[in-house]
Amino acid sequence: MDGALFTSMLFATVVAGTPLVIVALGLLVSERAGVLNLGAEGMMAMGAVAAFAATHASGSPWLGVLAGMGAGLAVALVFAFLALTLQANQVAAGLAVAIFGVGLSAFVGKPFESVALPAVPPIRIPFIADIPLIGEALYNQQALVYFSWALFWAVLWFLARSRAGLVLRAVGEAPAAAHAIGHPVIRIRYLAVLFGGAMAGIGGAFLSVFYTPMWAEGLVAGRGWIALALVVFATWRPLRVLVGAYLFGGVMITQLFIQGSGLQLDFPAQFLSSLPYWATIVVLVIISRNPNTIRLNSPASLGKPYRPDA
Amino acid sequence: MNPPAPPRLRLAGIRKVYPTVVANDGIALAVEAGEIHAVLGENGAGKSTLMKIIYGAARPSAGEMWWEGERVEVANPAQARALGIGMVFQHFSLFETLTVAENVALALPGKPPLSELARRIEEVSQHYGLPVDPRRHVHALSVGERQRVEIVRCLLQNPKLLIMDEPTSVLTPQAVEKLFDTLRQLAAEGCSILYISHKLDEIQALCHTATVLRGGRVSGHCRPAEETPQSMARLMTGRDLPVCEHGPAAAGGEVRLRLAGLSHASDDPFGTDLKDIHLDVHAGEIVGIAGVSGNGQQELLRAISGEDIIAEKFPVQICGVEAGRLSAGRRRRLGLCFVPEERLGRGTVPSMSLTDNAVLTAARNARLVHAGFVAFGRARRFAAECIARFDVRCGGPQVEAESLSGGNLQKFIVGREMLQAPRVFVCAQPTWGVDVGAAAFIRQAIIDLRNRGCAVLVVSEELDELFEICDRIAVMAQGRLSPARPAAETGVENIGLWMSGLWPGADGSATETGRAAA
Repeated sequence: MDGALFTSMLFATVVAGTPLVIVALGLLVSERAGVLNLGAEGMMAMGAVAAFAATHASGSPWLGVLAGMGAGLAVALVFAFLALTLQANQVAAGLAVAIFGVGLSAFVGKPFESVALPAVPPIRIPFIADIPLIGEALYNQQALVYFSWALFWAVLWFLARSRAGLVLRAVGEAPAAAHAIGHPVIRIRYLAVLFGGAMAGIGGAFLSVFYTPMWAEGLVAGRGWIALALVVFATWRPLRVLVGAYLFGGVMITQLFIQGSGLQLDFPAQFLSSLPYWATIVVLVIISRNPNTIRLNSPASLGKPYRPDA
Repeated sequence: MNPPAPPRLRLAGIRKVYPTVVANDGIALAVEAGEIHAVLGENGAGKSTLMKIIYGAARPSAGEMWWEGERVEVANPAQARALGIGMVFQHFSLFETLTVAENVALALPGKPPLSELARRIEEVSQHYGLPVDPRRHVHALSVGERQRVEIVRCLLQNPKLLIMDEPTSVLTPQAVEKLFDTLRQLAAEGCSILYISHKLDEIQALCHTATVLRGGRVSGHCRPAEETPQSMARLMTGRDLPVCEHGPAAAGGEVRLRLAGLSHASDDPFGTDLKDIHLDVHAGEIVGIAGVSGNGQQELLRAISGEDIIAEKFPVQICGVEAGRLSAGRRRRLGLCFVPEERLGRGTVPSMSLTDNAVLTAARNARLVHAGFVAFGRARRFAAECIARFDVRCGGPQVEAESLSGGNLQKFIVGREMLQAPRVFVCAQPTWGVDVGAAAFIRQAIIDLRNRGCAVLVVSEELDELFEICDRIAVMAQGRLSPARPAAETGVENIGLWMSGLWPGADGSATETGRAAA
């Protein structure tokens, strides 16, 4: 493999992994607070279409990102109201929100289907972008790629070091106990879900404004579900989410490259297309198989409704 | 002339109605600054509900609460803590996947750095004789150690009113004395203490005044020092206390449970390794294992019950069969019945009915399964018989296990195991958190079982209980087991000393004791 090819594949891997990193880290935070948000796919779809529409109308991709985040927040608010205030079953509420968001985004997005946006130029970080092989791939990237890295460090620090993160983990672990020592469980869970929704919205915005950049029904293509699976298979640890997301992106890009290279293969192309999914799951299961790690990191109250005893 | 200062806490007409039950009705009590006030009552008398109301974890349906002379409505625990009310819970207030220091940090206002906090925890825990390691994860701690964490956490908040829900049930006698010194010192400094307990001797030793609850109502106020345990028990239960009948052990029963050099490294990095444990339990005798929790009792029970399978066959022998590598189910088939310490989660499945829970362990011995199908009629009759024979107060065999109070659930579990006519009966903490009436009942049931020729092993942290029912007593310390001595030939003092690992013949300590004697 020559250097230029390696650089372009690394570049594409990072781009393909970025929406997963952003969305999965948001979901990780809500799940650590004990809320299983299966609506991520719908939040991403609404974020994508809102971002596209706002960018198209204003010409500013940054307003687009803001709109995407707002749309993700709005859908998350619906989910949080159902699951936290009305105490609906989180799985059912999440599925409903996912289907609703995907359907509504297709409806709202109809007028934009044949529209294209101008590509957003990447931001080049001086000096380190000149490092051979990796510089161009890692440091001449879209702003949201840098954002995803900052988000990773922020989530890592928040969960491991900050008091608020400790409270959040406590709420996910034993909401009754957290309530008993005076923490507002429902409010904390609301904030966690809204954060997850906002990140899903930004992830959607990355797809429609920076990645493709266009809108089509089905643009999100299951990435919300992949992000959910990543969080579980990464046993709720941020670093493993990062590894999983880039692994998925990397295998995806590699198999696309192989399919596009015109190599004669003696197995069906569908096998290659399925590779990213099961390769990611197999690898994460293998690195996360220590039962003690699972016990220490999985939020014990995940998916269980909690209502303070009145 | 100054009017007298208002009481720190005063309640009037407190009433709490749950959908199916009136838990509190017309409760009035007052606690002065620096007073240690006992709240006495059987399980289900409404003590816990009342404490939840004071602490803001539950809202009263009616009634008034005054704090230092001012009318207050405590809507949530955060408000209660802001007023200066702290509570040591019996259940559900530690976070298993967090460390001790993190658990404490969650309950404290402000943001003390964890290292600074760890130092304060060690200080307080040493000062009050409640050793805890701030770096350990709570899930790796025993029940007794968890309770120490709860107490230390509360003491770090410098509360004005401390609510203690049965804090001594898992402490050594020496530690109870130390705790009482602490509480007296706190009271002398002006802190009020609400002390919930069913141990009448403790209340007499510690508390200035007492409010007795029965069936959700106040059945009397008294000064414990002027009462006798019998008179307080009458206020509490409305009848006289049953006394355990305990004849001498039948001599010469065969060995039913033998531990022959049992060693086992704990799976848990924070667990205790078992080291070369020898013990014989004969038919027709009760052997007790004393010790402060966290010294290997959990590991020992897991190795005996089959929850942990050990490397070799011979160290665990049940009715003459080398059972070390057999699963828990296979060991039950040999005639072993087991009552675990943890009632919800190990003893029963909380969300399943009593009937289903009966099937889980009694399927084979009580023939509740026929040709692979559950015989629901038989299972229901079995559960109903257990409820009737062991006086389990509940809505019937169809109710969920988690809906029962701790004492009633324990009676059900003990009953379920005993009705299977065990050849070896192993019971952990038979009366932990159980009120006097139910505790006496369970102890008598264990003695009756032994009189019918069963070999009984009881692991308990309550020395009084072990001395009341056991024929022989051994002590567990740091993963080792002392020789079992006849209960009549030893005493609380002696066993308390052994709890620190100093028994004749223990590693290195034999010479030490020899020197001390010389």
